[in-house]
Amino acid sequence: MSKVKYILGHFDDPDVMMSGIDQLQKSNISIEDVFTPFPIHGIENKLGVKRSRLPIAAFCFGITGTITAFVMIYYMLVVDWPMNIGGKPAFAFPDFIPVMFELTVLFAAYGMVFTFFYANHLFPGRAPRVMDLRATNDRFVIAIDASLNDINSVDAVLKEAGAIEIKHNERKYISYDEE
Amino acid sequence: MSSHSESIIREPLITGQAISYSQITEDVCAPVERMPSKAWWIGFSIAVAGLLLWIIAVSYTFWNGIGAWGLNKTVGWAWDITNFVWWVGIGHAGTLISAILLLFRQNWRNSINRSAEAMTIFAVICAASFIVAHMGRPWVAYWPLPLPNQFGSLWVNFNSPLVWDVFAISTYFSVSLVFWYTGLLPDIATIRDRAQGLRKRIYSILSFGWNGSVKTWQRFETVSLILAGVSTPLVLSVHTIVSFDFATSVIPGWHTTIFPPYFVAGAIFSGFAMVLTLLLIARKVLGFENYITMAHIESMNKIIILTGSIVGVAYGTEFFIAWYSGVEYEQYAFINRATGPYWWAYWSMITCNVISPQLFWFKKIRTSVTATWILSIFVNIGMWFERFVIIVTSLHRDYLPSSWAMFYPTWVDVSIFIGSLGLFFTLFLLFLRVLPAIAMAEVKLLLKGSSEQSKRKLIEHGHAALPEGYDGSIEVANAKN
Repeated sequence: MSKVKYILGHFDDPDVMMSGIDQLQKSNISIEDVFTPFPIHGIENKLGVKRSRLPIAAFCFGITGTITAFVMIYYMLVVDWPMNIGGKPAFAFPDFIPVMFELTVLFAAYGMVFTFFYANHLFPGRAPRVMDLRATNDRFVIAIDASLNDINSVDAVLKEAGAIEIKHNERKYISYDEE
Repeated sequence: MSSHSESIIREPLITGQAISYSQITEDVCAPVERMPSKAWWIGFSIAVAGLLLWIIAVSYTFWNGIGAWGLNKTVGWAWDITNFVWWVGIGHAGTLISAILLLFRQNWRNSINRSAEAMTIFAVICAASFIVAHMGRPWVAYWPLPLPNQFGSLWVNFNSPLVWDVFAISTYFSVSLVFWYTGLLPDIATIRDRAQGLRKRIYSILSFGWNGSVKTWQRFETVSLILAGVSTPLVLSVHTIVSFDFATSVIPGWHTTIFPPYFVAGAIFSGFAMVLTLLLIARKVLGFENYITMAHIESMNKIIILTGSIVGVAYGTEFFIAWYSGVEYEQYAFINRATGPYWWAYWSMITCNVISPQLFWFKKIRTSVTATWILSIFVNIGMWFERFVIIVTSLHRDYLPSSWAMFYPTWVDVSIFIGSLGLFFTLFLLFLRVLPAIAMAEVKLLLKGSSEQSKRKLIEHGHAALPEGYDGSIEVANAKN
C-alpha cells in the first residue's frame, strides 16, 4: 500500500475549482473536504453539506435571554421588594422591555457564537487541522482521501479539471510544531 | 457567487490592475509583518503621551473626587457626559458598517468594516471610562448591577434609564467584541500560516485553530448574518437608551420625544466622520489605496450628507416644538441656546454639523481626500459641541435665576478629554500593528466580481460596453488614483 494518505488538488480560481468538484463527482471520486480562503457560495449543495442549524440555536438562546430578564426583573421589582413610586404599579411592564431586549441580544449572540466554536472545535490553542498552508491565502484546495480512491485516476481528473498543483501528502495535517 | 459580475457602471471596489488573491494577502499583511514605520512611531509616541495624561488626570480625579472638575450645584453633568455620549456615538458607525450594511448587501463595507469595528470597540472603552470616572467612587462601580447585597437586597431600579444604559452599553460592547473577533479568525489564520517561530505560535493560539473547511465557512457565514441581524436593532437601541437618559427627565431642552432618532442619526453621523478621519490617513500610510478607494470615501461622504441633514432637521424641529408647545420654560431653553452666554457653542455646532457637510453635495469636494479629511474633523468637533450644548446649556439656567451658573472646565476636565483621545489612538495604532486592518477574506470575495480589473476584462472581451460619452466609474476612478 502506498504511503500517500491525502491527495490535494490546488486551484487558483474558485469557479474552476467548483467545476473541478463536478468532474470529480462525475468520476465517482469522494471528496473529503474543501479548504478555501473565503466562503464559496453554493458549495454546500454540491458537497451535500446540510444546512446549518445555528439559527435555531440562536433563537433558543435569545428566548432564554428574554425569559431570564423578565423573571429577574419581575422577582426583584414585584416579588422581592416592590417599591411604591408615586402609587404606580410595581409591575411596570413597559419599563422591563429595554433590559429584556438587551439580554435577548446578549444571550443570542454569545450562545450562538459559542455553539459555533463548540461545533467546529474552535478554541484558543487548538492545533489547526490544516492540510495546506496556502488554503488560507490564495489556493482553493480539494482534499481527497487516498485510501478510498485510486490515486492515478484522481490525479488525472484533477489535472483535467485545471488544478495547478497536485500534492500527495503522507500525513493528514500540517504540523505546526516543526519549525 | 464569486463568478457573478457586477455592472461595469458601478464604481469598482478594488482598483489597480494586477491584483490577485495573494496580492491582497501581501498588501493587507504587510503592515503587520514589517517593522513599524517612522510615521507609526511618531503617532504612537503622541498617543502614548496622551494616554499618560489620561492616567494622571483620572487618578487625580479618583484621589480628590469629582470636585476636581468644573462642576457646580447647577451644572452637575458637563464634559464627562458630553465625552461619554460623543464616544459612544462614534462607536455606532462601526456597527452600522459591519451589521446594517451587511444586511443591505452593501459590498463596499467589506474593506472598511474591520477597522471601523475596531474603532467601535475602542470608542466604547473610552466612553465607559467616563461613566466610571463620573461616578467619583470607582470602587462601587458595580452598584448599578442587580447583585444581591447587604442593603436588605435592595435591587436596582429597572424603571430607570440609567440602569437600562448599563445593560445597553455592556451588551453593545460584548456583542461588538465577539462580532469583531469572530470575523478576525480567518484573517488571523492567514497570518498564522505565513508566520514563523514565536509569531506562528501566538497567531496559532489566536486563530482558535481555524482551517477554512466547507463546514467552518458555512457556519461562519450563518453566524455573521445572525450577528448582523441582532446587532442592527442593538445599535439602534443603544443610542436610543442613551437619549432616554435625557428624554425621560423633566429638564426643558431634554424631555423631547425626538431624541431617540435624533441621537441615532447624530451617532452615525459622527461615527462616519471618525471613520474617515482614521482611514484617510491609514490608507495612505499603510498603502491601502487599492482597497479603500475613492468610491468608498464618496459613499461615506454621502452617508454624512444624509445623517447631517437629519440632524439639521432635528435641530429645527426642536425649536419649532418648543414654540408650538407654548411652554415658556421650554421656549426659553432654546432661545437661551442660540442667543445666551453659550451662543458660540450653539453656532459652532450649527456651522460644523449642518452647514459644512452640505459642501459634500459638490462632487469635487466629496471626492477630494484633503477636503473630506478637513470636513470630517469639522463634524467631529460639531458633534462634540452638540452634546455640550444639549447638556450644559440646558442645565446652566434652571428654574431659579438665583442659581443660574456657568460651567468652566478645570485642567482635569481638559486632560481627561485629551487623554481619552490618547487612549483611543494608542489602542487603534496597536491594532494596526498586530491585526489585519482589512478583512482579507471578505475583500477577496469581491475580486472576481467588483474589481476594476474584472470590469475591464468584461469590456475587453466584449461582454459589456460603456455607453458613448460615458465618463463615469472606471476612467474617473483611474484618474483619481
